[in-house]
Amino acid sequence: MKTIAEILKEIRPEFDFAASHDFIADGMLDSFDVVTLVAALDKQYGISINGTDIVPENFKNLQTIEALLCKSGVRL
Amino acid sequence: MQVNVLEYFEKGALIKCRDKVAVVDQEGQYTFGEMGRFAKNVAALVSKKISTVNSPVAVFLPKSAQTIIADMGILYSGNAYANLDVKSPPQRLSSILQNLNSPVIVTSAQHKAALEAIGVPKEKLLLVEQALVEGKLYDDAVLSGRLDLVIDSDPLCIIHTSGSTGVPKGVALSHRGTIDFMDWVFERLSLDGSEIIGSLSPFYFDIYTLELYLTLAKGATLVIIPDQCAAFPATLVEFLAAHDISFIFWVPTIMVNIANQDLLGRRKLDSLKKVLFAGEVFSTKHLNYWRRQVPGAMFVNLYGPIEITVDCTYFIVDREFKDEEKLPIGFPCRNTDVLILNDQNQPAKADEPGELCVRGTSLALGYWNNPERTAKAFVQNPLNPHYPELIYRTGDLVYRNSRGEIMFIGRKDFQIKHLGYRIELGEIEHAVLQVDGISNCCVAYHQNKKEIVLFYEGGQDLSPAFLRERLLAFLPKYMLPTVFSRMELLPRNPNGKIDRQKLASGLT
Repeated sequence: MKTIAEILKEIRPEFDFAASHDFIADGMLDSFDVVTLVAALDKQYGISINGTDIVPENFKNLQTIEALLCKSGVRL
Repeated sequence: MQVNVLEYFEKGALIKCRDKVAVVDQEGQYTFGEMGRFAKNVAALVSKKISTVNSPVAVFLPKSAQTIIADMGILYSGNAYANLDVKSPPQRLSSILQNLNSPVIVTSAQHKAALEAIGVPKEKLLLVEQALVEGKLYDDAVLSGRLDLVIDSDPLCIIHTSGSTGVPKGVALSHRGTIDFMDWVFERLSLDGSEIIGSLSPFYFDIYTLELYLTLAKGATLVIIPDQCAAFPATLVEFLAAHDISFIFWVPTIMVNIANQDLLGRRKLDSLKKVLFAGEVFSTKHLNYWRRQVPGAMFVNLYGPIEITVDCTYFIVDREFKDEEKLPIGFPCRNTDVLILNDQNQPAKADEPGELCVRGTSLALGYWNNPERTAKAFVQNPLNPHYPELIYRTGDLVYRNSRGEIMFIGRKDFQIKHLGYRIELGEIEHAVLQVDGISNCCVAYHQNKKEIVLFYEGGQDLSPAFLRERLLAFLPKYMLPTVFSRMELLPRNPNGKIDRQKLASGLT
């Protein structure tokens, strides 16, 4: 199973996501990337992320995305 | 004064409500008075570099109030603006600039490096910061003299769209087409200075034309929605509510995302009164959701290819539609005529499908620096043998229903609408074939899933991530394939051509 970091690397291969604390502020994820990421996470973990949870705070970094997955019912 | 859109500046909000807020962006806000003064400063600086009028002037700035100031300034200098995407891959940007042959490019200190990196000479660059000063750099009489040279059939702006040969096409819109469309839309949709416009689309998109001139002519306030809101529908809804947005014009995809997540059930948009959408087919099911959640708003379905000034048909949703019913694209806008021509180039009968063709002042002037392509797309009206009269053949199949409303069926060729953008699949194929190791390819579109599917012949080491990364050098993100399918050999038809039909049939 792919990790969150691997999924992010597929979407934006040019960035080092581990080095960033805020993907949005650092301009690493734009609207197309977020849509792609949500679809990839849903597919990978067999979940459906709630629309109200798709907010910038939950996509800031690897930790916040992990927390979002846990909230969505994924056991990491 | 000649007839041109500068009338909107000189008789509109710049004069009548100088102290009112015109534009709000993430950096702050500008009054109409400030916008006018800064714009005229830009005009003075542009005029120093270009002595003539009606030249194309590229604007390489992120979406902001500064872009609007630059565009207005270019118009004041008697020239035509061409807003570019600052996120364009270098090769695409380079080919657009080569085709434009713009003697001046307005940019900023932050963005000039990207232009210099592709070989744009420094002397062509004009930094917008030079115009955003307290002082007055212009002479009104000099600017007025230049404007007297600009007539209604001259170019107002150039908008770039995907081209099948791999080179984007620049579509030139005229002052006349814009004046006609705007005067009609003000009247038909009862638009005035009380509107607070939420601007979500990029400024290199034609929706901007309506947003800009509604602001300048009527004194409406244009609020630029931050880019990240497009990615986060809940944040977007919150933004619309917090800023009391009353008017929005966008693509249906965003409305679908908001509806799918039932975000309007949690946050009401009481200020929203006019919702315009265009660019792709909007499912009636999602429209019905919006109508239930925002019952006081007017919903308008607009239709028009980029070769038309903003749009050429409209449908104000005036009755109930079942979820499974199709929404009409409606009726022609004023001073626009829509011909529905069958295979014999004759007017189609009621219910008979035909190609939608457009005539009238809303037609673009043509493709910038591309007379051959212009001559192919803008052709003599086959119903008029009496004098030269051009029509634009959209390539879209439509029919008239029993109410006389125009109904959209689909595309005749390989052009698609994806995420609100019109895309030539040929341009994607052209880019894919430039990747080392790819021997052949075919791009198809899965209508139901809204996915761009790439079929390709090439080595097993060509992973989707690798291809995606390479393609980003040639294509904007919205044109990247969603699905990558490697094949040992693409299917061929008897004459040796790639069998597109077979590949496409596998998608359904």
